[in-house]
Parts: sequence; structure tokens; C-alpha cells
Amino acid sequence: MEKSFQTKRGYWKHGGIVGVLGYGSGVIGRYSSLPEEFPGVAHFHTYRINQPSGFFYTSKALKEICDIWDKYGSGLTNMHGSTGDLVLLGTTTENLETLFAEYSSRGWDLGGSGSAMRTPSCCVGQARCEWAMIDTMDICNTVTQHFQDELHRPAYPYKIKNKISGCACDCVAAIARADVSVIGTWKGDIQIDQAEVKKYADSKMDIQSDVIDWCPTDCMSFDGSSITIDNSQCNRCMHCITRMTKALKPGKERGASILVGSKAPIVVGSLLSWVIVPFMKMESPFEEYIELLENMIEWWDDNAKPRERIGELIEVKGMRPFLEAIGVDPQPQQVYEPRKDPFFFWSESDFK
Amino acid sequence: MALPERQTDIGPPDYRQFLPPVIEKNYGKWTHHEILTPGTMVHYAESGDKLFTVRIASPRLLATDSIREFCNLAEEYCDGYLRFTTRNNVEFLVSDESKVDPLVAKLKADGHMVGGIGPRISNIIHTQGWVHCHSACTDASGLVKAIMDELHEYFTTKALPNKVRLAVACCVNMCGAVHVSDIAVVAVHRKVPVIDSENVRKACEIPTTIASCPTSAIRPNPKEKSVTINEEKCMYCGNCFTVCPPIDIHNPEQDGVAIVVGGKIGSLRTDPKFSKLAIPFFYNEPPRWPKVVDAIKNILETYKKGAKRHERVGEWIERIGWEEFFKQTGIDFTFQHIDDFTFMRDTLRTSAAFKY
Repeated sequence: MEKSFQTKRGYWKHGGIVGVLGYGSGVIGRYSSLPEEFPGVAHFHTYRINQPSGFFYTSKALKEICDIWDKYGSGLTNMHGSTGDLVLLGTTTENLETLFAEYSSRGWDLGGSGSAMRTPSCCVGQARCEWAMIDTMDICNTVTQHFQDELHRPAYPYKIKNKISGCACDCVAAIARADVSVIGTWKGDIQIDQAEVKKYADSKMDIQSDVIDWCPTDCMSFDGSSITIDNSQCNRCMHCITRMTKALKPGKERGASILVGSKAPIVVGSLLSWVIVPFMKMESPFEEYIELLENMIEWWDDNAKPRERIGELIEVKGMRPFLEAIGVDPQPQQVYEPRKDPFFFWSESDFK
Repeated sequence: MALPERQTDIGPPDYRQFLPPVIEKNYGKWTHHEILTPGTMVHYAESGDKLFTVRIASPRLLATDSIREFCNLAEEYCDGYLRFTTRNNVEFLVSDESKVDPLVAKLKADGHMVGGIGPRISNIIHTQGWVHCHSACTDASGLVKAIMDELHEYFTTKALPNKVRLAVACCVNMCGAVHVSDIAVVAVHRKVPVIDSENVRKACEIPTTIASCPTSAIRPNPKEKSVTINEEKCMYCGNCFTVCPPIDIHNPEQDGVAIVVGGKIGSLRTDPKFSKLAIPFFYNEPPRWPKVVDAIKNILETYKKGAKRHERVGEWIERIGWEEFFKQTGIDFTFQHIDDFTFMRDTLRTSAAFKY
């Protein structure tokens, strides 16, 4: 590090294929480009442990992880990596199998890496949040368990990430950082407790300027003692609910919007995820969602070039082939506005 | 000593075994919460139970000694239950109300930053940097330390119009969600990569390398069994280096960082937004990057002064207009600010209504 700070460059070599037997994922090779000058870090591989949903731990579990890592690795960690894994930085090739035996025998499996399903991740959800419309931790755990083979043995054109947020606050940044983004939402009327509204009004809150004036669809009003909402015009943005959590609660029919495509700038520019399924019920064991996910992945796996993400593929192929492949109808909720130019495709099926 | 028997494809441990009893009992039955201080909040359940959370920042890059320290505190004050947040904070999950104040006092006495809840800066999401990444063109942890040393009061005490999510990415791969942060730093290259044809020949697949370029700047060089790069087309993204390391994009003297602003993830009030370019370049100046720190502080304080309550950085800028943002912050507008890549059509102004 000191040398990097003086010369303004890093001294890590690119990748290197290392791993544990039977897996293609979870270990990322890292070698120093100056092994003679820095023999202690000549091999300094990354070992990704799949985190528990919601990043909950007991001190006992964490200490056990630390003890093993001190014995067979550098003692340096990331809590957590950007995808969500508990990342251990710095071990040698010969320690990998030992680490895997020590960790897996205690219940800690490897996460994803390379052109594989990446470790799914979620917000704190119903464990400690009144706004979680779906059980994010259960969905995350169920999906992770379902796709173990796809996580551990890279067989795809590129990476595919899945993140699950309980509401539109999106604490796990699903809409920006996951190829498939699940965001909790509701149908039906926002539940209003007018007695609690009155209490907010009697406290120092200025309901008009702090809540009503910020409503993006102008569907709320406040008459000095109670709130009225035209729910047919609400776009469920969550501003009012987050500002008056005791008085306003989401509607009773809960589910999620499924969005697809987000990624960082490499290769052809950043993307935010696009709405594909406006509303889906999300009840254990989440079969409908898992089937949709499998269909999306199959279409992408069949059609993508190497290192092409699903969002980029949809841009190349168009939305129609994607929606047809996964069996989702076109709906106005999927777009901000319809196309502007008069050029559009027709398929044989449209003439029937 | 014989090793324990390995198990495969078992997945992560079931999270239920790590939940404190108060969460197990009230799972999905929380009614509301209150922010007590910038670093503490209480969640109320239908049953009447309460759960207190005490949040501290972490540098993300943690030694096992630090994790053990957190574990010992958790054992002393909250029966060993703790979690990490999506922004790499540590949260102590306290069921016994009488333990909250002593825990906060202990954390502060030990030098931890208690805060980050409510209308404040977040802990800085960041990447590996020179510590452990092959493609880093700045250091992440060093920048984060320098920025946080200047802004920490906005984490622990001072309030802002709304939350401000900060991020640092040490290259344009952006492992750190920089593209949707309120204020973020992203490291960039500015020079066409240097091709080591002898090693390209040995180590790289030529078609994959050509296909990796988003601007079609890479052509085959059959004579050398290598490639050439059209300098006019190259935007220095470094994707060719990722697939073919002998094409070296690093240039320590000309690499540096850009600052982007106005990104937003949640749908509250306005739709999620990408971050946009505010400042195209600063040279890397380790160990403290003073110009970068000053620039971020300037943007943050201009936002604090100008934004309405509840407005995020991007919402404030959209209300006043980008021309006004550049005026209020005193940041120069350059050729680099005008998009000539995928978003050009969306970003050029098509109206005569604008401010001076």
C-alpha cells in the first residue's frame, strides 16, 4: 500500500484461475505483480462466503469465522462486498481446500463469482421494518438455495444479479445494482389512522408542507385535522408513508414489482432496471417468481453474446422478444410513454 | 489434524438462527419506528415490544480484530446480536432499553462514529482500490478516509435537507453503485491504453478483445497477431484491459478521479435517477486527495444551503436546473460535461427556456 501511495498505481495482477474442487465460483485469484519485493502477499486470493439474508449474525458465528480466517488467511475482510458476500481477502492456493472444509462443515458455503448467478442479497425486510411489503429475507434465502448449482458453477454468458427490497425506498439498491430487481409494493388504499394524523398535526409537523406538498401525483389533501387520499391516483412512491409512519400504512394487498436490466457502466453505459411485471404476489415458496427468473435466464443464456448482460441484450433484441419468451403481456406500466417515431415491427401473429 | 468433512451446495446458513428473540417473536409485525438520535432508533411491534438499534460506521475493510471487538460489545450489551447494513454500517440490536445509553457511551469513548440515521450523509459505499484490485486507478479506502475525516459531523450530528448517499468507485467497473449516488467519486483513465503485442499474442483472444470495445475502436492487427486502437474513438473505459491484460490502460500520472452527483435509488417523490458528471477530473493526490475533499464539501454545503427540506441532491438540482447548479457551486462547465455517448439525445437541451 505504501508503494501504491507513492507511485499512484496498484500492484495486483489480473485474476488467475483458482478455486475449490467441484466449484467454479467463490474464489477469485489474486497475485502480486511484485512477488519478490512482497513475498508475504505473492498469493492473496479472495474467498467469498455467502452471507446470511439481511446480514444478521451472532457474535459466536462471527468469531468462529474470524478464528478460521486468522489460521488460514490474512485476517483481512470486507464486511461486506458490493454484491453482498462476506469477503475474506488474502489467502494462498494451498489453503483453499482447508478453508472450504472448515467453513462448509460449519454451514458456510461459497458465494458466486464469474459468469454465474451472483449471490442474491436483500434489505432487512420484515425482520425490522414496518414498510417491508414482502418477506425479503425468505425470498433471498429461497432463491439462493434454489440456484446453488448456477451460483457455484459458472455456465452463463456473464454475471446475473438478483436483489430484493421490501419497498420503494430500496435499501439494497435493487433498481440500480441487480439484473433482476424485486421491489415490494401494494395494491389498494393506503390505510389511514386519522387519530394518529391528528397527533402529528398537534406535534411540530407541518403536514401540508412536509407531506401533502411533496406528493408527486397531487392525490392527497389535509383539512387541518384529517388526510384524504385519492388512491386511484397514488403511484405508491412512499414519501407520505415514510414521513408519517404511525398514521399511514401501505394497502393490504402486498406483493412486488419485478424490474430487469440494471448494471454499472461497463460495457455500453449504465442502466437502471425497467418494469417488467408490475405486480406479483410473493408468497412462500415463491414458485411463480422462481419460474419467471428461470425463464428470463433461459432466454438470456440462449441469446446473449459472451459478457452481455440481460439489460444490454434486451436493448439489442428489443423488448418484444423478451416479453414473449417469458410470457408477459405489454402493459403501459412498463414505459414512461409510447414510442414517438412511426417505425415499428409487425409479427405474423399480429395479423391473426 | 484431520480436516472436518466438506459439504457442497448447502447455501448460506439459515438467517433465522441469527435473529434476536425479539425479532423472531415480532417478525413482520412491526408497526412504526422513531429516530431517537442520529445513531439510535427504536422499532415498535404490535405486541408492544421494542427493539433498539445502535448504528456505527465501519470502514468496510475490517481486520478480524475489529470484528471481534464488535462481537465483544454485542455480547456485553445485546446478547451477541448484531448485523451489518447494506452501506457497511454495524448495527447493534438491543432489546434491553437500559443498555442503549451505556453502549452509545462506550462506542463513542472507543472512537466509533455513532450516526448515519435520518437526514445525514451515509457511510461511504466503496470498492477495493489499491488494497486488492487489479483494475483500480485510485485508492478507495484512502479516499474514503480523507472524505469522512472532513464530513464526519454530517454523519454523527449535523442534519441535511435529506439523506445524502456517498460512494467511491476505484474504476468505471463501479463495484460501488456510484451511478446512482447523491455525491460520488469515480476513478477514470484519460489516455489510450498501451498495447504489448507480444503478450497480446500469447494471452488474448483477438475476437473477444475486439468485441469488448463499446465504441468499436479496436481493430485487428494481423501482422503482429495483435490489435490496434483508433485513438479518436477510445473513451478509456478499460474494458479491453479486463479481457486482455497486456492492453495496459493504467497511466499513474494521468489517471485520476471524477465527481458525479444527483443519483437517487428510491422512488420517493421523484423517480430513481442516475448520477451525472459534476467535475470531470482531479489528479490522484494520495494520501489525502485535498482537492477532491474540498470539491465534495463545496457541493454538499451548496446543497445544504439551497435545497428544500426532503429534497435529495438530484431533486434540488432538477428544481434549480443544471446551469444554476454550476453557477451556485462555481464549478466550470467543460466539453467533458456534454454527453457524446449513449445518452446524448436525452441530454441536449431542446428549449429556449433556461436560466443564466
